[in-house]
Amino acid sequence: MKNFLSKKTLNRSGIESIKFEEKIKVMPESKEALTNSLIMMLKIRFVENKLAQMRKSGFIGGPVHLGAGQEAIAVGVSKYLRKSDRIFSGHRSHAHLLALGSEPRKLFAEVLGKKTGLSKGMGGSMHLWDQPNGFYGSVPIVAGTVPLAVGAALAAKKQNNGDIAVAYFGDGAIEEGVIQESLNLARQLEVPMLFVCENNLFSSHMHISQRQPLQSVARFAIANDIESEIVDGNNLAEIEKTASKLINIARTKNLPAFIEAITYRHYGHVDWREDIDVGVNRSSKDLNLWKTRDPIIRLESALFEAGMLTTIELDQIKLQITNQIDNDWELAVKDPEPEATSLHSEVYKQ
Amino acid sequence: MTNYGVAIREGFAYLLKKYPEVFVIGQGLWSPWYVGNSMTDLDKEFGIERIIDTPVSESACTGAAVGAALAGMKPIMVHPRMDFMLYAMDSIVNEAAKWSSMMAGQSHAGVTIRSIINRGGEQGAQHSQALHSWFTHIPGLRVVMPYSVSDARDLLIASVLSGDPVIYIDDRWLYSNEEVLPPVVELDLKTQGPKIMQAGTSLTLVAAGYSTHMAVEASGILATQGIDVEVIDVRVLSPLFPKLILDSVAKTGRLVVVDGGWSPTGFAGEVIATVTESIDPKLLKSSPKRVTLPFAPAPAAASLEKIYYPTTVDVVKACTESLKQ
Repeated sequence: MKNFLSKKTLNRSGIESIKFEEKIKVMPESKEALTNSLIMMLKIRFVENKLAQMRKSGFIGGPVHLGAGQEAIAVGVSKYLRKSDRIFSGHRSHAHLLALGSEPRKLFAEVLGKKTGLSKGMGGSMHLWDQPNGFYGSVPIVAGTVPLAVGAALAAKKQNNGDIAVAYFGDGAIEEGVIQESLNLARQLEVPMLFVCENNLFSSHMHISQRQPLQSVARFAIANDIESEIVDGNNLAEIEKTASKLINIARTKNLPAFIEAITYRHYGHVDWREDIDVGVNRSSKDLNLWKTRDPIIRLESALFEAGMLTTIELDQIKLQITNQIDNDWELAVKDPEPEATSLHSEVYKQ
Repeated sequence: MTNYGVAIREGFAYLLKKYPEVFVIGQGLWSPWYVGNSMTDLDKEFGIERIIDTPVSESACTGAAVGAALAGMKPIMVHPRMDFMLYAMDSIVNEAAKWSSMMAGQSHAGVTIRSIINRGGEQGAQHSQALHSWFTHIPGLRVVMPYSVSDARDLLIASVLSGDPVIYIDDRWLYSNEEVLPPVVELDLKTQGPKIMQAGTSLTLVAAGYSTHMAVEASGILATQGIDVEVIDVRVLSPLFPKLILDSVAKTGRLVVVDGGWSPTGFAGEVIATVTESIDPKLLKSSPKRVTLPFAPAPAAASLEKIYYPTTVDVVKACTESLKQ
């Protein structure tokens, strides 16, 4: 990588200071919480692998934007969220949704266009809704929900209930002008929210070095006087530490905060392919390197080393999740389709 | 007597007093420059926390209003000029308009987007546009253009209480119109449609917003010539309830539509198409006509403005031609 964030200009460490091979530090007293986080990350990974497989084999008709490799971010952030918070996301949103406790079966049903889906078959993978779990919605217009999150945070401030809003977006989205407007507005109105930029180094097809002069995007937060941190997005413990601190600022001080989590996606931009060398500066060498930095493998290793997990236990966990997901899929496949009337019935409020 | 601008202010004040979840956001709300007499001192009466003057960010502010609506508020987003609102099209067209349908009616973007048509005065092409037709093309939006002074107030209230995204468009050229205002009625926007402003039998004249003002004036001039035209104020352009218009044209056999926008793919064309595909063609005594802007951006020169914007005289002419056929 080149064009690293300049320490001189921004007076903070950037991507180059992140040690992606570093062992994850785990505290012995956090065994149960860490195991639960690992289970959630595995669940998200297996759900997405299932989606990839079913898309490839033609059972899923529409596009799926998979975030395998990025699970630690949503799981780490969601640990400090509550059901009444307001979470918004974009096209690559499955992890953000599932980490809040949303049911895989309802996600599967939605992706299959079933009446039992999260958006009753009207949304598909790209328009998901699960407000009872805090998920206000995702849409695929890049950056489209970021100003919406600012408004939901403004509402939380007016409602004075200690809730916050979260906007998940990527390094491509930050190139949309509305994010600059949203950062400025959120800071100026002093609203409680967390901006989470998952910098996976790629827009749909171009490496960040082909799109921006610097490879870190936290500079946009700094420019708007918003507290920000750049973290290793594949290190659950680091994300938890950062999320805890920044969410606390948002919740208690009515201020926006910004996390930039550096990560990498295992699948290509859309569907099951890996998108290696389709003119996008994404080589199998890079992909393989990043797979050694897999947030799940790193957490498993840390738990093994700390004596908190055995391979037998892990195998049991994986088997249980796989069985559950296979079962959820089978049920979703049998679910009914929406009625024809739903084309018109919800265009306006009833 | 209350004028149109003050009536809008009364609508705001009514909503802000009665509904704590209402707030107003937009540029120029703390200044007399931007919105005429339609929001005078609301910030002083209700506080700057509820009347939020904003950074120069149409896109994020409109998105924020949409997001606040999803989170249980009843926001009103104000765009003092429709031209600048084009920066906010994603939040309006992709997010607000489609939200209810995309999320299967489990969540609604109940935001009112007030947009002002502010033209003339040698302001030229980018301080002049009337783009109501665009928004009528989008399912999920309600499009409201009040002509009467009481509608200016009551349709604003109805828009905010509707729970749907509403584009509420008022026109600075109407601000000095006066009426004696009856007490506020909370109308259900879903049930609101066109109204007959002037009953007649010889021709149906359909318009909205400032165009209705010209249509009413034209009907007065034609009345002096013994011609009684029926003037219909559309009020709610989308979703359109055409029955009143269809019945009127079936009765008069003649239709003229006045529209402050351009002709191609515009609202006037939509009304004419709706009528011609719905009624028996034998009932038509003449070809339907439309009075619209020339198909060119607005000029700055005063001499050109005079020939650019249609006037009441143009409406009278169109009616006279229709009656000759």
